[in-house]
Amino acid sequence: MDELPIRTGDDVVRVRQQVRVVAAKTGLSLVDQTKVVTAASELARNALVHGGGGLARVEVVTSALGKSGVRIGFTDEGPGIADVDLALTDGWSSGVGLGLGLSGARRLVDEFDLTSKPGSGTSVVVVKWSR
Amino acid sequence: MDRVPILKIGTTLFVSIQIDLQDESVVRLQEDLADELAATGARGVIIDITAVEIVDSFIGRMLAMIGSISRLFDAETVLVGMRPAVAITLTELGLSLRGVRTALNAEKGLELLNGRA
Repeated sequence: MDELPIRTGDDVVRVRQQVRVVAAKTGLSLVDQTKVVTAASELARNALVHGGGGLARVEVVTSALGKSGVRIGFTDEGPGIADVDLALTDGWSSGVGLGLGLSGARRLVDEFDLTSKPGSGTSVVVVKWSR
Repeated sequence: MDRVPILKIGTTLFVSIQIDLQDESVVRLQEDLADELAATGARGVIIDITAVEIVDSFIGRMLAMIGSISRLFDAETVLVGMRPAVAITLTELGLSLRGVRTALNAEKGLELLNGRA
């Protein structure tokens, strides 16, 4: 498992590159690699911009049926999200963006698990399985 | 932070993105292009993204803004060379890149600009 800090824009690029390497090794198709790398980019940026920085963990996982996939966990110790359902709505934005980052990232992966409480940071775990 | 170079050929500005774009680089490109459009009076901008492996919502929004900004300088922006996997991902992400024209490659992008009345 690789742990990568997210403190600068360069770190976001490094998370993307690492997810790409692991996704390719896992046997994801080029389109699925692109989707999971794009989702990782959104979530890493969120951790940086909204969470004040955080950590990404990238690992290979195997399903009960023997399929392999890439799992990425993002954690930050930022202010957290007061209304998770609202934050996951297309077009809802806390700032200057289009509000597609979080909701878009969810569409691009197979599993998406977000835990957040105001004041105690945010954790997002996503999985993309090979087909 | 890496910067993306801008080439002027005739009345067209050419940008070929060959780096792994971080947010600051794409914001810088937007500013550099606006400066360049104002200074040169170029009528068109071609942005080649053949080498770009992902376009996420931030990069996509910045590219769409470059299209809007160039229109304020009476110039048209054409995005060329998008990879199929990027096109599929952008659509699923929900980004339509309204305001930016697209062409298959730089040559077709140039034809599009030259065909402009």
